[in-house]
Amino acid sequence: MKKKSQAVQTSEEIVQLRLYVAGQTPKSLTALSNLKRICNEHLKHFRIEVIDLMKNPQLAQGDQILAIPTLVRSLPIPIRKIIGDLSNTERVLVGLDVRSTSSESGAKAAAGKAL
Amino acid sequence: MGIRAKSASHVLTSLEKAPTGIKGLDQISSGGLPKGRTTIVCGGPGCGKTMLGIEFLVRGATEFNEPGVLVAFEETPQEMARNVASLGFDLQELADRKKLFLDYVYIEPSEIAETGDYDLEGLFIRLQHAVNTVGAKRVMLDTPEALFSGFSNPGILRAEIRRLFRWLKEHELTTVVTAERGDGTLTRHGLEEYVSDCVILLDHRINEQSSTRRMRIVKYRGTSHGADEYPFLIDKQGMSVLPLTSLELQHEISNERVPTGIPDLDEMLEGKGYFRGSSILLSGTAGSGKTTMAACFADATCRRGERCLYIGFEESVDQMNRNMQSVGLDFEHWIKKGLLVHEAWRPTQYGIEMHLLRIHKLVEKRKPDSLIMDPVTNLITGSTRQEVHSMLMRLLDFLKSLQITAVFTSLTSSGQALEQSEVGISSLIDTWILLRDVELNGERNRVLHVLKSRGMAHSQQVREFVLTDEAIKLIPAYIGPGGVLTGSSRLAQEAKDKAEAFARQREIERGQQELGCKRDALHAQIQMLQAQFAAEEQKLAQAIEQSLAREHQLELDQKAMARSRDAISREDSSTPMKKAAGR
Repeated sequence: MKKKSQAVQTSEEIVQLRLYVAGQTPKSLTALSNLKRICNEHLKHFRIEVIDLMKNPQLAQGDQILAIPTLVRSLPIPIRKIIGDLSNTERVLVGLDVRSTSSESGAKAAAGKAL
Repeated sequence: MGIRAKSASHVLTSLEKAPTGIKGLDQISSGGLPKGRTTIVCGGPGCGKTMLGIEFLVRGATEFNEPGVLVAFEETPQEMARNVASLGFDLQELADRKKLFLDYVYIEPSEIAETGDYDLEGLFIRLQHAVNTVGAKRVMLDTPEALFSGFSNPGILRAEIRRLFRWLKEHELTTVVTAERGDGTLTRHGLEEYVSDCVILLDHRINEQSSTRRMRIVKYRGTSHGADEYPFLIDKQGMSVLPLTSLELQHEISNERVPTGIPDLDEMLEGKGYFRGSSILLSGTAGSGKTTMAACFADATCRRGERCLYIGFEESVDQMNRNMQSVGLDFEHWIKKGLLVHEAWRPTQYGIEMHLLRIHKLVEKRKPDSLIMDPVTNLITGSTRQEVHSMLMRLLDFLKSLQITAVFTSLTSSGQALEQSEVGISSLIDTWILLRDVELNGERNRVLHVLKSRGMAHSQQVREFVLTDEAIKLIPAYIGPGGVLTGSSRLAQEAKDKAEAFARQREIERGQQELGCKRDALHAQIQMLQAQFAAEEQKLAQAIEQSLAREHQLELDQKAMARSRDAISREDSSTPMKKAAGR
């Protein structure tokens, strides 16, 4: 669980994130470090929860987890899911639907149109 | 060498089967699905794939003590539970009893963004969790092909599906995977590439507007299986598959006889009736009394306290009850007593195979001693002759194996040869009774004869078939110089014969009378002659006597004369005195 605030995020709401992993696999570790980096760079208020399905398999059903790793944005609604090791920062930001910094607004707008 | 052979045979027998509990499927797959392996059930939409899978799980949980896991990719467990509730399966109750684990895998592509490398470990974890929760032995995936719409990376997906099937096999889970049929392939995404143990293809065909579901085991590695297409049915009791033909003609047969319900007909069949468990065909033109005759048999069955199943394709139950009253048969009474089960449905209601399955189910449920189908020819309206023939053959096989006496009626349309049953089943039939109309002198009459009856010396007579309000009577038809006559012609001819006989009788009587008279007259004549004779005789006798007396007198006179002459010569005085005294 981490809580950090950065100037780049314009929205005041808290972004609640859950990362589902299955043990300490390379993919999971990559995803977690990618997520931390992206959040720190682009989000103001956020909360990250890491769920290891190896320890709590019953939790997979609730969020409809199939792919590992899966990142779920449970707040603000609607729920969004991003699967994969989060190596593509652009796509993660688009998937999380958060406004990014002005330097990245052009790319974001394009991605938003694609969505 | 010996050891090797032994081990080989051990391998052969070690292919374990997991019984599905689905009627017929275990039979055609010689025991069930391959245990611990994956079976693909494929087919078009609405052909019953999910039903098969769910029944496999439910029967496993309830009948074989093998809990199961249901992973649904397309419907929520609630929807699914509702869908199968009509079959009497209570999924929620099984889930509560920890016999079944329901998991719904929901994939909404628009909610998911893909960034980089991933795998489907989540699915495996969920499956593992589900299997552990209930101690599952059986798994159903319905249908994992939905994954293809949820994930954009086919490379990862294919690898993961391959891994999934391997995983299922490693965990020795007997699995049913459903898959939608593709264009020219068994499954749309080629799932059969990954699973090669058993593939079952379901099909839903429409023929002449009636549908038939069929099943075929395309592949079943390591075991013999029926290769035909087998019709199957989904109804209130779940799924049932029907083997097309029983393998051999090996029915146990009975020497017991069952009365036909018509005493006169019994008489034609050695006085005893049909053989129990035999098949009887009553064929004839419209209105020749087939139904009534079949009804008589139903009545006789119930009278013996046995059960009868009456399947009608023409008349509703109430109509039949009313109509049979007119010949003195009380069907309602037998229905109330539970001895008669009357089922009526339209032949066009189902495809031909459905009829067969429905009859199978009825027979299994009601366990009748005899079955009547009236008329079988109506089945042809829904299907081809070939199909009807094969269906009836299977039905007869089935009934014979259960020792059920079967009576079929068959309508012969006008203009057709009488000795030909429309559906060509005559060769399958043991006893064939032909009913027909004889039209003569402006009226029609029913006649009947036993065309064949295997294993008995039946009557060869043509009999007239008379319906009265109490019973059916078979009257020997009039066969005489005027031909075969029936009905009022027969009555007229009989009356004529009677009159002629009467006349002849009178003739004889008259002759006899005349003879008597003559005899009397003769007697009288004889008596008269005798009397005449007697009178004459008396007269003659008198005359003779008189003559004799006269002769005597004459002699005396002569003597006297002679004496007197002597006296004249010797004693003159005495002679004239004697002469005077004699006069």
